[in-house]
Amino acid sequence: MKHRYLPMTESDQKAMLEKIGVSSVEELFSDIPESVRFKGEYKIKPAKSETALLKELTKMAHKNADLRTNTSFLGAGVYDHYMPVIVDHVLSRSEFYTAYTPYQPEISQGELQAIFEFQTMICELTGMDVANSSMYDGGTALAEAAMLSAGSTRRKKILISSAVHPESKEVVKTYAKGQYIEVIEIPHKDGTTDLEALNEMIGDDIAAVIVQYPNFFGRVEPLKELEEIIHAHKAMFVVSSNPLALGALTPPGKFGADIVAGDAQVFGIPTAFGGPHCGYFAVTSKLMRKVPGRLVGQTVDDQGRRGFVLTLQAREQHIRRDKATSNICSNQALNALAASVAMTALGKKGVKEMAAANMQKAHYAKQQFKAAGFEVPFEGPSFNEFVIKLNKPVKEVNQKLLEKDIIGGYDLGRDYADLKNHMLVAVTELRTKEEIDAFVKEMGDYHA
Amino acid sequence: MHKEDQPLIFELSTEGRIGYSLPEMDIPEIDLGELLPEGYLREEEPELPEVSELDIMRHYTALSKRNHGVDSGFYPLGSCTMKYNPKINENVARFNGFAHLHPLQDESSVQGALELMYDLQEHLIEITGMDEVTLQPAAGAHGEWTGLMMIRSYHEANGDTKRTKVVVPDSAHGTNPASATVAGFETVTVKSDENGLVDLEDLRRVVGEDTAALMLTNPNTLGLFEENILEMAEIVHSAGGKLYYDGANLNAVLSKARPGDMGFDVVHLNLHKTFTGPHGGGGPGSGPVGVKADLIPYLPKPVLVKNGDQYEFDYDRPQSIGRVKPYYGNFGINVRAYTYIRTMGPDGLKAVTENAVLNANYMMRRLEPFFDLPFDRHCKHEFVLSGKRQKKLGVRTLDIAKRLLDFGYHPPTIYFPLNVEECIMIEPTETESKETLDAFVDAMIQIAKEAEENPEIVQEAPHTTVIGRLDETMAARKPVLRYQQKQ
Repeated sequence: MKHRYLPMTESDQKAMLEKIGVSSVEELFSDIPESVRFKGEYKIKPAKSETALLKELTKMAHKNADLRTNTSFLGAGVYDHYMPVIVDHVLSRSEFYTAYTPYQPEISQGELQAIFEFQTMICELTGMDVANSSMYDGGTALAEAAMLSAGSTRRKKILISSAVHPESKEVVKTYAKGQYIEVIEIPHKDGTTDLEALNEMIGDDIAAVIVQYPNFFGRVEPLKELEEIIHAHKAMFVVSSNPLALGALTPPGKFGADIVAGDAQVFGIPTAFGGPHCGYFAVTSKLMRKVPGRLVGQTVDDQGRRGFVLTLQAREQHIRRDKATSNICSNQALNALAASVAMTALGKKGVKEMAAANMQKAHYAKQQFKAAGFEVPFEGPSFNEFVIKLNKPVKEVNQKLLEKDIIGGYDLGRDYADLKNHMLVAVTELRTKEEIDAFVKEMGDYHA
Repeated sequence: MHKEDQPLIFELSTEGRIGYSLPEMDIPEIDLGELLPEGYLREEEPELPEVSELDIMRHYTALSKRNHGVDSGFYPLGSCTMKYNPKINENVARFNGFAHLHPLQDESSVQGALELMYDLQEHLIEITGMDEVTLQPAAGAHGEWTGLMMIRSYHEANGDTKRTKVVVPDSAHGTNPASATVAGFETVTVKSDENGLVDLEDLRRVVGEDTAALMLTNPNTLGLFEENILEMAEIVHSAGGKLYYDGANLNAVLSKARPGDMGFDVVHLNLHKTFTGPHGGGGPGSGPVGVKADLIPYLPKPVLVKNGDQYEFDYDRPQSIGRVKPYYGNFGINVRAYTYIRTMGPDGLKAVTENAVLNANYMMRRLEPFFDLPFDRHCKHEFVLSGKRQKKLGVRTLDIAKRLLDFGYHPPTIYFPLNVEECIMIEPTETESKETLDAFVDAMIQIAKEAEENPEIVQEAPHTTVIGRLDETMAARKPVLRYQQKQ
């Protein structure tokens, strides 16, 4: 068997077998009992040459309607944003992508420093004291926040706003089941968390209240009022947040959030059919030692030079095993690097400018829809998404739009029984006036 | 490696520089204050760096030079399977039709992506010998927890609510007990015997009517095949428990033994290990889970199904444990793993394991005269040495690891598994040549000699890296976890 990834030659094999003192490779597997031995070869597709495989997979990729050749108004937690070209050039440095977790800091300073910078940028955007090195994604980060809250308050009930991303809510519920935590939904009222309902539901047995900012409908939640209600009952104030929006919105940290979690996909990470993205997790300094996952800290070497290490590892599974704060091991390090590069490229001014462009373009689109006679429920301050009401099923409309190379918005009826025929429209900075106008026109034609 | 200290990106920032190019604003601009309620417009700007594009590229290039990856040199980190990361994988994952798909697009517009996922599942079903596979879990530990949640739902559905314990060997990965805790179980440890295998007597003692599952890596973390696997399966199954396979070490048994045939009910795979993910400096990974037929109803939803020649997601799964991750898993990593499997084919995967095992046994036998070998039998894809002999000379395993840095190697995994004193765990993988293995072994032999003749050079290592040993105590005692601008 000759293969470009396998350097073993026949003479290598002979010399190695001799050194081991066996006559065949097969002998090395003699400890696998006959009764569990797999005989023969897997019934899987035969190997293809590099060129033939590239051709086959290129064709497979072409069966998909991608965001580069279509115009997308789909968001709902995953967004088509400006990706600085430089991001992929940095990621392609194989010193980064072919390394593993930086267990040996002397030869991993590059990765460790990049993560330290990532942690800093997440703190800056969220207004929090401490951020970890990344989580799998926004949904599991939120689930970890729920578990941290329950563990830290020793309470077993979580309230979650119905205006939190439905798939994140489902993930929180799955994790909660594992921990015997009860999850109760707070209804929304006109698109934001119903404060009156929250007031009635909250009590001194609530570990945390989870809201999203901006929320699933694109609306800006009243964090100030929420904080007062939540902290009056000593529950944890957990905010799931789109970090790009925080270029324009007052960060949750300023409103007294205890935990801010979310996804940094918005910064230079391709949509990739839903993953890998990049969860982030930020807390107040009080909760520093309860954070899940890896943390990078600054220290000095034996000559006093600045360096970086994985730190506070006594929280983690490889040390604490069943007493760890989480079971997370591999995280999304490479995507945290991507987000760092994108946040660096945008910088202080760019992140603000990009966030503003999202708000303004979405606002423009909303006005165009209104002018075209669409009902826009849940009107109010929003970021880059809003809801419109159609007179026919969203799926049907989206299939029509696809014929025009437009990927329409999200069908809210999938998750909200009372929002049948409601479309969640996302308009990012990438959408041109021309594209928005064409979209509104197409929609108007179907709506007529 | 690059020796000069690399400033933090924040220290390179100069007011007024930019590194971005946003699309033109082609609509009338509105003051954001008009769109937001009072108090919600950000006043303080986030302190992100202000640098030009070249500044950025130079910064990260400098950082990359301070990092060691598989492409930089040998990386025999045990249990992590640091094999070559094929470049074709990277190209395919970047195809527009894979990288730039939205997970909530109409299913009719992503049939190619669904076809790839479905075919990957089919391949993994055959490779593991299981009945169904989900690609949803994001990494190995996430897969462990997913599998345990399914086992919990299975027992609960049978009214079997007293099964509160998960048994793990003392040599298990730390994620096993941690995942058990997150899934709501209590962990019970089963001892290893003098041969490094699970002690069957102890297993019989700890397994009972409260056992939900036994989690096992096979070969185990010592690189040894659990020969009594069928007997262990019998002990666990006859007590009503399920058998969980931690697939971290699957590289050792491709085409030789399948978890499904060994009696395992649930298996997770680490696609970033055996199937060339890559590791990304700590992730993203991908941790698909395979199950036997009786656990299929509990798979996380949605489940990908094929209906005629169309692929679609089935959300109608009343017994499902629910969602474990938004969307459908780390698709980008799954694309890479699929590309790899299709590059290798059945005979290629067989050769992967044969060469990985041959490499490990060869290194073990070459190193045997110089280090203690706690378990003298054929290993699989990895093996453990003990640094006991060197410890008596005042040289610890940590010192040996640091000294290896001077030779340009990433050290093996050290101090794991916990049941071997001064443990050194070496996994060469199949993509390394004999010359590379020989050079590494020669370095290890030289270090063993240094431990006898000149221990200081080992104790004070590394001598050639960009930075010396770091003060980890200080890092933990006074944590500095972010950059603060000097006032």
